[in-house]
Amino acid sequence: MLAASAVLGRALRDRGGFGVAQSGATRQVRDYRIATASQELAELAIARPRPDDQEPPTPDTLVRRAVDAMGGMQRFVSRGDVVVIKPNIGWDRMPVHAANTNPDVVAAVIKLVFDAGAKRVVVADGSCNDPNRCFQRSGIWRAAYNLGAEVVLPQEHRFRNMRLKGDVLDEWPIFTTLVEADKVINVPIAKHHNLAKYTAAMKNWYGVLGGRRNRLHQNIDTSIADLATFMRPSLVIVDAIRVLMRNGPQGGNMDDAKDKHTILATVDQVAADAYGCTLIGQHRDNLPYLKMGHERGLGTMYWETLRVKEV
Amino acid sequence: MQSKEPVGEKKRGQKRLGTPARPIIRSLVWLRRFSQVFFFGLFMYFLFQTAFRGSFAAKADTAVRLPLPVEAFLLADPFVAAMTVLSTHTVYRGLLWSLGILALTLVFGRVFCGWLCPFGTLHHFFAWLLPSKRGRGGVRVEANKTHGYQRAKYYLMYAFLLAAVGGSAIGGMFDPICVAVRSIGLGVIPAAQYVTGRGLGFAQNVPVGAVQRGADHTQDFLARTIWQSRQFYFHQTWLIVFLLIAVLFANRIIPRFWCRVLCPLGAFLGVLARFALFGMEKAHAKCTDCNLCLVNCQGADSPQGGVKWRQDECHMCMNCEGACPEDVIKFRLLPNRKSALVTPDVDRRTTLAAVGAGAAFLPAVRVADALDVNYHSKVIRPPGAVEERAFLERCIRCAECMKVCPNNALHPSLLEAGIEGIWSPILIARVGYCEHSCVLCGQVCPTGAIQKITEKEKTGIGMAPVKIGTAFYDHGRCLPWSMGTPCIVCEEFCPTSPKAIWVEEVMAPMREAKFGADGTEPAMKLVKLQRPHVDPSLCIGCGACEKVCPVQDQPAVYVTSVGETRSKTNVILLENTSYTTSR
Repeated sequence: MLAASAVLGRALRDRGGFGVAQSGATRQVRDYRIATASQELAELAIARPRPDDQEPPTPDTLVRRAVDAMGGMQRFVSRGDVVVIKPNIGWDRMPVHAANTNPDVVAAVIKLVFDAGAKRVVVADGSCNDPNRCFQRSGIWRAAYNLGAEVVLPQEHRFRNMRLKGDVLDEWPIFTTLVEADKVINVPIAKHHNLAKYTAAMKNWYGVLGGRRNRLHQNIDTSIADLATFMRPSLVIVDAIRVLMRNGPQGGNMDDAKDKHTILATVDQVAADAYGCTLIGQHRDNLPYLKMGHERGLGTMYWETLRVKEV
Repeated sequence: MQSKEPVGEKKRGQKRLGTPARPIIRSLVWLRRFSQVFFFGLFMYFLFQTAFRGSFAAKADTAVRLPLPVEAFLLADPFVAAMTVLSTHTVYRGLLWSLGILALTLVFGRVFCGWLCPFGTLHHFFAWLLPSKRGRGGVRVEANKTHGYQRAKYYLMYAFLLAAVGGSAIGGMFDPICVAVRSIGLGVIPAAQYVTGRGLGFAQNVPVGAVQRGADHTQDFLARTIWQSRQFYFHQTWLIVFLLIAVLFANRIIPRFWCRVLCPLGAFLGVLARFALFGMEKAHAKCTDCNLCLVNCQGADSPQGGVKWRQDECHMCMNCEGACPEDVIKFRLLPNRKSALVTPDVDRRTTLAAVGAGAAFLPAVRVADALDVNYHSKVIRPPGAVEERAFLERCIRCAECMKVCPNNALHPSLLEAGIEGIWSPILIARVGYCEHSCVLCGQVCPTGAIQKITEKEKTGIGMAPVKIGTAFYDHGRCLPWSMGTPCIVCEEFCPTSPKAIWVEEVMAPMREAKFGADGTEPAMKLVKLQRPHVDPSLCIGCGACEKVCPVQDQPAVYVTSVGETRSKTNVILLENTSYTTSR
């Protein structure tokens, strides 16, 4: 009895004080990259209309061309995989506004992933506006549902605290759906961003964060680099079918966006953004987060050093 | 829902004494119970559906609307219709449905109270559940006799109708449907979600996969059916919930306290019940004063022998005839009125006093400063709200708009809009902002206090947008303005195009982080900053900037009501000041 109460007392005793924060040992990484690489396959594939195309190819065709140049989806997805697709579903905007990933691009990726033998495909994102509206009005909910993919909205209970141990991002609530998978495919949309100037692949990982994201803008470049360090996707497919040229990241006016009919596929998030920013007339030297990613070894900002295939 | 235990020693299941009730009455009593459960369930279902949860089936360009008429109970409410007819001299759209309840009352009396009203059913249930030990037997019979305090509801009803004539729909504070939507929607449901969330949150931390998945799926299911995917909070809602608990608890002392003593809708229908074609006849001579009829009487309407039946108080629950062992009580079409009083037993002087009080309400609250001269800057009305005076003529504080708002932006005001505006909707941007292309609050508003605008009208495609206020910067708190730190989240979230928030690029002096070795001042440097400004001609006052400002406790950008489209006096800019055209 006495011993039991002593044990209980020891277990329940609150010593007070602030306690000591756990020392930040190593960065957390969710690495979904595939190991295999071939010397023939592209490292950065750029799909855009060919000279012999009568009219601009459909998003579906462009996605297929780009992924084929990368070695096809079978290279990235194995039979029986649970695959998470992370588009940008941040804003209550329609596809014509080009603030969210084009639903046709998402649909094309889902089809390829299912064709490669995936067991389950999950589409999810942490929206900025009301998620119900974002998922519905982006057209992605309907497109994904029609193809049999699961759509997970960012409900509060889906977030758990995790220590990222980045330079500015230490402990944050993480959208668990996005990090519980065999393979993760990053499907951002290329667009203008008034603070970061141009954003697509690396910035897309803002969607895994819950909590008060508004603080991140005080050091937006480092937080983008921290997130790209944390999330290493199997494949990046950048939607540049229609690109928001100004008023980013949410746009809202059809005139803010321009048709570019381009799809990028790569395994290098840094190169994806370094090339992608040229689409809105930006240059890699103006985007500090690219330099940070480059120096951290996440990829190369000198995309032309990769095997680039235009298809 | 009936107590099976009448007066005396009779035990459950024992054979009934005396003449059995007519089969038709026995089936009507069951039909009534079924109807009560059905309409209460329907009311709750509509309340759960007063939320936009998105759809996988909708196309990107499908307009976002609720598929069901979730405000139906309010549209069918004759007291709401009567108040708004008196205050606006018009009948707003769907309120014509209330003619149905009116017609029903003119044929059958207050069947609405006994058969349909969800709030009445709630009280019926609690009066059955909650009587104290002392509230049984003879005490209960005594409590169910007609009492003078039952007149209070008529005085309240007359006062509210006169206040409506003056131009205030304040009576909605006491309308039972409004009370039910407000207290359950803004109090009970969020509280249930809070408790459930805590419990399931605990389950999610159990390190067993099956338990975690079970908790997740339960959360998913509840978020898509009962509540939404995040916790909602409502400004000062404790008072609303406290009053609900108080009236439910009152059933312990006076059964159906709310329905008998306070309900202005019941009183309104009670006045009309005098014309009912259906009613009760009594054969006084046969009555043995057993008082079984009183045990489960809902309206306290004197069903017993020797006194006159009070048609205006009766809920038509039929319990009395079902209980009568002596064939005294008979409900029938076109009864003789010898043993009935059909008009409310109100005191003429008190009625006049109540009418006077109602008439005096508006001048009394308007000479307080809240409306004409010292309008509160935080009274930001929902998009599509009509001008403040017209708004107060229409707003019945039913809280439908607050319940449906997807961003938890609309809240019941307490005293911000004056005592006259208590529980009317205001936008608290720090909790949630007005979603740019959402018009759901107008869709569910039953009285037109918030008009049914379209997305085009709200966002201003081809016309001027609907503004509900204007944003202002507090430079002393703003990071780029006073702390040399980049930010502009406000600009990122600003939903208009072109954006109402624009940034000025500056090179501003900022000191280095490190002090010198011997405590000398740090060196100065120049940092590149984007400093935000508001263009008041483009700002719509949605509050997105205020919501996302990282200065957490008191934001560096905030919205006030000035510049709202609906007002011609609450303005900043010259070009908005028009006294000749509306909007």
